[in-house]
Parts: sequence; C-alpha cells; structure tokens
Amino acid sequence: MASASRAIRGPGLSGDPRAFLRRLQSGDEIAHLTTLLFGASVLFITGLLVYELWVNSALARHKFGWAFLWTRVWDPIFENFGALPFLYGTLITSAVALIIAVPLGLGAAIFLAELAPPWLSDSLTFVIDLLAAVPSVIYGLLAIFTIVPLLREYGEPFLRRTLGFLPLFQGPAFGVGFLAAGLVLSIMIVPFIISVSREVLLAVPTDQREAALALGATRWEATWKVVVPFARAGILASIFLALARALGETMAVTMVIGNNPQISASLFAPGYSIAAVIANEFTEATGDLYLHALIELGLVLFLLTFVLNGLARLLILLTAERGAALE
Amino acid sequence: MQRMTTLACLVVAVCLALTSPMGALGDETILVNGAGATFPYPIYSKWFDEYHKAHSRVQINYQSVGSGAGIRQLISGTVDFGATDGPMSDEQLAQAKTKVLHFPTVLGAAVPTYNIPGVSAQLNFTPEALAGIFLGTITKWNDPAITGTNPGVKPPANEIVVVHRSDGSGTTYIWTDYLSKVSDAWKNKVGKGTSVNWPVGLGGKGNEGVAGLVKQTPNSIGYVELIYAIQNNLPYGRVRNSSGAFVKADLASVSAAAASVAKSMPDDFRVSITNPPGKAAYPISSFTWLLVPANVQDASKKAILKEFLHWMLTEGQKYAEPLAYGRLPHEVVDKELKAIAQIQ
Amino acid sequence: MSLRRIWRKVVNGAMLSLTGVCALIAVSVLFLILGYLVWHGGRSVNWSFFTELQKPVGETGGGMANAIVGSAKLLLLASLIGVPIGFLGGVYLAEFGGRTFPFIVRYTTDLLNGVPSIVIGIFVYSLIVLRTRHFSTLAGSVALGLMMIPITLRSSEEFLRLVPRSLREGAMALGASKWKTILTVVIPAAYRGILTAVLLALARVAGETAPLLFTAFSNRFWSSGWNQPTASLPVMIFTYAIAPYEDWHRQAWAAGLVLLALVLATNLVARLVLMRPGSLPRS
Repeated sequence: MASASRAIRGPGLSGDPRAFLRRLQSGDEIAHLTTLLFGASVLFITGLLVYELWVNSALARHKFGWAFLWTRVWDPIFENFGALPFLYGTLITSAVALIIAVPLGLGAAIFLAELAPPWLSDSLTFVIDLLAAVPSVIYGLLAIFTIVPLLREYGEPFLRRTLGFLPLFQGPAFGVGFLAAGLVLSIMIVPFIISVSREVLLAVPTDQREAALALGATRWEATWKVVVPFARAGILASIFLALARALGETMAVTMVIGNNPQISASLFAPGYSIAAVIANEFTEATGDLYLHALIELGLVLFLLTFVLNGLARLLILLTAERGAALE
Repeated sequence: MQRMTTLACLVVAVCLALTSPMGALGDETILVNGAGATFPYPIYSKWFDEYHKAHSRVQINYQSVGSGAGIRQLISGTVDFGATDGPMSDEQLAQAKTKVLHFPTVLGAAVPTYNIPGVSAQLNFTPEALAGIFLGTITKWNDPAITGTNPGVKPPANEIVVVHRSDGSGTTYIWTDYLSKVSDAWKNKVGKGTSVNWPVGLGGKGNEGVAGLVKQTPNSIGYVELIYAIQNNLPYGRVRNSSGAFVKADLASVSAAAASVAKSMPDDFRVSITNPPGKAAYPISSFTWLLVPANVQDASKKAILKEFLHWMLTEGQKYAEPLAYGRLPHEVVDKELKAIAQIQ
Repeated sequence: MSLRRIWRKVVNGAMLSLTGVCALIAVSVLFLILGYLVWHGGRSVNWSFFTELQKPVGETGGGMANAIVGSAKLLLLASLIGVPIGFLGGVYLAEFGGRTFPFIVRYTTDLLNGVPSIVIGIFVYSLIVLRTRHFSTLAGSVALGLMMIPITLRSSEEFLRLVPRSLREGAMALGASKWKTILTVVIPAAYRGILTAVLLALARVAGETAPLLFTAFSNRFWSSGWNQPTASLPVMIFTYAIAPYEDWHRQAWAAGLVLLALVLATNLVARLVLMRPGSLPRS
C-alpha cells in the first residue's frame, strides 16, 4: 500500500540517495525512467537533426549570409549559390495548389459536414482519407503520363487562348512546369483540408446553426455566414497544415516541375523547388560549398515548415479554447 | 491480446531469421558498389550482368546516377568505384583522400536529338546553330541558322524547347566542353562542367530523363549518348566537324575522333577528344572512364576490381559495338593493362 | 415572394449543389487514380515481375523481386526502430510526467512530424552513410523509422488517454503498482488503437522515396544482410518512370499498382480494426 502511494507520486527529488535507490527498485520508477528516456530521445533526435543541418551548412552560411535568400543565381561552376529561384518555385507551386485546393476542399467539407446524411458523410470521408494515404511517387507517376500531356496538348493552349493577356499564362506550353506541379500538389493536399475542415465544422455547436435558421436564413446563408466564420480558425489551421505539407513535397513535384532554376512570371514555364533540387543534386554536389548550399536550402525549408506548423497549432489551440468557452 | 503479441513476435523472429541466412549465403557472394555516369550505363549494365554470369560469386552493383554523383560518392568513400565521362579536375583529385585512377572503358558520342513534328530527316547542325540554340539566342526551328544547312527540310515556326541535364553529368561535360571550344559566347557566359548554369531549358535526370523528355515533348532538342537515341527511336542530327564536314555519330566517326590521341594518351588517361582534327571524326565524342582508388583496403574487392578491369579490356570490348559504343584503340588498351598494376 | 427572396433561394440551391460537386470531384479523383493505375498496372503485372531481377538497360523483361523484398526489409527494420520509441514515448506522455517536460516532448514530436522527408534523408546521410562509408539498408531503415516515431507516439498517447480512469483506479484499488496497471490493464485496453496507429505509420513510410535516395540507394542484385544498399519499390518507380524505355514504364505501372495496393490494404485493415465493436475502451 505504501509503495503504491509512493508510485502515484512518482520519483521526486528528495535529498536521500538511499531512499531514491530503494524507490528505484520498485518497478514504477523503472517504468517512469524508461519511458521518459524514450520520450526524451525524440528531443535528442530532433536536436541532433537541427544541429547537423546547422553545422553542415556552415560554409554556405558564412560565405553568402542573408543574401542567400534573395540571390537569383545557382551556378555550381562559378560557385555562386542563391535560394531565390527555389523559394519562388516552392511558394508559387504551393500557392497554385492552395488556390485550387482550398475552394474545392472547403466546398466538399461543407457538403460532408452540413448536407450529407451521416452514412454518406462517413463513407465519403473514409474514401477521402484513403486518398491522403497514396504515396507521393505514385502521384508523380500518374502525373507524368496523364496531367503533363493533357496540359501540354489541351490545358495550357486553352488557358493561353482565353487568359493569355495575363503574364501568368503566356509562353510556350511544355506540359511540365509550375502549373503541372501546382495541380499535382493540389490533388495531394485536398484530403487534408477536407478532413480537418469537416471535423471543425462538425464541432460547431448546433445552436449556432439553429439560431441562424430561426432568424430566416437559408441553409447556405446559415452555413456560410454563421457556421464557417465560427470555425474559421480551424479551417485556417487546416490550410496551414496543407501548405506545410505542400512545401515539403518532393517526388511528385520533382517529376513534373521541369527542373530549371529560373524565376518566370508564366505558370507554363519550368521551375524548381527546394525539395526537388535537393533530391536531384544532393548525391552529386562536387565541392563542399555546393553541398553546404544544398543543406542550407534544407535548413530554409525546415524553418518554413516549422513556422507554418507552429502557426497552425496555435490556431487550433485558439479554436479549442474558444469552443470550450462558449459551452 | 497475449496471443496477438506472441504471434507478432513470432512473425518478427521469422522475418529476421529469413533475412539473415541471406546474409550467411552472402558470405559467399561479394558485392562491389559503384555509381556514376549514365552515358555508358547501357554497356556497363550489360558488362556487369555478363561478368556476374561468368563469375557467379561476384555482384557488381552499378547505379546510374550521373557523373557528378559518381565523383562525389567516390570522394566521400561511400562507393567502391565511380564512373564519369568528364574526367576529374585537379581540384577534385586533391579532394579525394586517396589517389584516384582513371580507366577509359569505351568511346561514346553525345548527339543532338530532337522531336520536331513533321520532320523525320537527319538535320545538319553547325556549331554556331547548336551554341545559339542552347544559349537561347536561336529560338525557333525555322531560324536561318538551321534551315540554311538543311535545304529541302521545312521545319515549323515553333519555339524550340531545350532539354538539358538537371543532375551533375559527364554528358553535360562533354557537350559544354565542345561548345566552349567552338563558341566564345558560350565559353564566357556558361563555361564547361558537369553542372552549369543553363540559360534556357527543361532539366531531365540522367540520359534517361533527357531522352524521356525529348520523346514526350514536341519541338524539343536535347543531348544524349548515341545509344539512348537509337534505343528510343529518336532522330539525331549530324554535326559539322573542324574540317567542315557534316558527320553522323557512329562507330567509324567516333573511332576516328579517338585516333588522334590514341598514340599520345597521357599517363593518367585524362584527355578530351571533342572537336578533334580529322575529316571523318565526329566532333562531340569522348572517352568514358571508370574511377578506381589506387589503394583498396578490402583484399577481395581489390582482386575483383583488378580482374574486372582486365576482363573489360579484353573480353568486354566485344559487347561495345552492338550497343553503338566504340572500342578502345588497342594502344590505349595496352597502356591500361599495364596501369592496372597501380591498384594496390 | 420578393425578388430578393427568390435570389436568395437560387443562391442557396446553387451553392449547396456546388459543394456537392466539390465532394464529388474529390472522391472521383481517387477512383480515377485507382482505376488508371489498376488498368495500366494490371496489364503489366506478370509472374516475372515478382520473381525476376532487373535486366540490363534496353533489354525487355525482368522484374522487381529484389525491390519488393528490399522494401519489406526496410519496413521491418524501420518498425523495429520507430515503434518502440514512439510507443514507449506515448506511454510516458499518457501515464507519467507533469506539465512542462511532456509539453516539450509533444511539441518536438510535432516538429519532427513536420520535417520534410528529404531533410530526414539529408540528416541520415550525414549521420550514418558518411560515417560508415557506404549506403545501406540500415541507413534507409533509420530514415523511415524516424518518420514513424511521431505518428506512433501521438497516436499511442491518444489511445492510452482514452482508456477510462475507472479501469486504472480499479486495478490500483486491487493493489497493483502503476507499471503493472499500465502493462496488464491500460495497454491491452488500448492495443487496437495503437495497432491501428502502427499500421498507418507503416503505410505512410512504405511509399516514401526521397529519404531512400541518399540512404538505401539502390541495388541491381539481391541485397543480403543490413549493410548493403537495397532496391526498393518507390525508388524503382521513380527511376523507371522518368526514363524513356517503354518496358520500364510498363514495369513502373506494375510497381505502382503493387505499392498502392499494399498501402491501401494496410490502411483499410487499420481502419477496420479500429471500427470493430469493442475496439474503443468503454467505461
């Protein structure tokens, strides 16, 4: 009995080493320490990862400094490296992906949360969760043989004919390029937006909806003007999470982006993303500065996703508190 | 629950047991790892396959990841040998912890391959045309620089899609080495190397990636090793050589390009044969090399490497020509057979 | 009815139908993917795909037997690395610990979860491949195992927390010490959820390509033991898809079908395990 109550308190720091050793003999302390060590190993691993990234990008960081982030050139021969083309490619493809995926995902989430009967909603969500499980390389495989030719033959010429006055849709149609990569990314992130937004929408208290309907709103107006704004923090969080996923996506992007480190206003042009250039050039970076520049790109990507994930988590926290406060 | 745990443990134990005897059997087979150029990948994969058939205990695992990666991984020591079509520079050799030996294996050619709707003829390219296309100054297929040397062919007025390598490539080295020799504009703006700052174009990974992109993209032009164009039924052009003749890449023209250096091959075998003298020579030819460390720690791997090199120089050469690679000149073969002794 | 009311009704109908269309598009994309893959892959899968090794470049035929076994080995070792750390870490978060340290652990786990897989590949390359001076199945497994940790950890914590307090308190009232309670009461009550989490983590890393590019590399032959580079399905799909050879494309489709079938099957099993009655602990 006495040992049980001590176990519930857990191993504290009392000044008596013999008592500590005695407590150590009981299984609880061992269990506590063991699991704590395993939990702490995650800290160790992540710390080691950041350390390795930091140390192995030292040459590039010292040579280029902050200017690395806005230098346009990527020249292995003259050893001049800059992150701007890759930042541009990463951000543009993610932006295209969001522009397509957010309306689509939000619309589908609204349907599943508000309109569909529970059996339909659950089964469709099940199917969409399966979509989230498809590996990236398979999206790439499909994209090379379906999206790229379709864009080259029909999609991009069509856009050029109709919206060609915008610099976004000018230039020759290669098939591969920012648009293709953005499209593949949008398909990949839609399931995340749908599943998180649907859950957040379902969590909105029913009295909010009923109040709106009681005041004479149509179902759409109740949804769009009351429920969605109520859930807006959670929806925003889902967008951030989807964005973080899109930024780090490697294989599907590398197979369809065209692999050209240039900044171009046109979406038809080939480009490059941070993850894609690392995948293509890492094993062959002859020269330490080259390798360090690539690792510095990895560090930049890591920081980007870190910030976005942090923002998303903050938003989710805010939503949870807000929802709880209103109960 | 306990049944499930026992079952899980049993499954794991069985799996581990199954994979370990492969390790026990593996004590009999020796795996040698190499990586590098995609340029000679078809002949290398054939060689390593044939060698394995003849010596079943030896497995030489070659990964076609590009010359740049081959050089880098050899310098880092993560592979046992490398392969490149762009010889290592003095700086790269200094970076390696041990001395690295170059062994030429075959002769190959980088050809301009294209996919132009409505044009199946073999086009003639001048050096100026090639430099202009890859610099981005010549943008349409019906440019006079192209039509001027191809009477009777009417290319469409479409934009040229340039395809180059996205990875560090010896084929890029050969191509840019040639362009640097024939075009001052290229030399000053871009230079030569395994990875350059391309003015225009799409990037493909490996010779395979470039051939794949050219095959699928209309109005495109790229540079690949000859066999990739042949195996994929892609048309490729003739290039004007230093004597003014438009020459098609084939066994004869590639061997003619090597003939000029066969007798004067330097001791370390690093030599460039682009834009050589000779009326019949194809101007964008090159040797391709295996990179072997001069000091190999593992005795069995050392023996395998030396035996393979010997086999490659004697038996292996006969597989080259069916795959459109040129055999090494016999002076070079003799010199190399002597150089194998340098591997300690 | 006034014009405004008619307009609002029209907008209502239109927008609600539009949301239905969105859901339809999202779902049909999955079926299109599956259908296309099944059609192309189904035509290409044959017995030699599962039993033979790759042929030299340019020759047709051959298969990916070594890649299938290679992927299996990678996943086996990855689970042995990732699952214990994740599971025991989850036990710690759910059962022990105060406020700050568990918060830090949770936050860092989410951080690790968000790290792009290519960055994990860089990390393991500099940590293991450079130091051991060769590519290896071990390095590839470590990379995949690291990616499994966050998923396993958070899910284990969640499912352990779901176990009602009354079960724990009942055990303790009977005199069991804490660790005995956890081992014999709490974990068995949550094991279905934890199993689901492990399966989902496995399915997620089974398709990862980027980290393997610099760790397990690839192998033309059978890879024996854990210290040699190994072929794997995702890397083979990538290599063959970007190449120009038609036969390689055919094999890439077959590999894609096999990989997707395995991943989806694992996901289905995991979710069905969770949905069975009695899987979630009741008070």
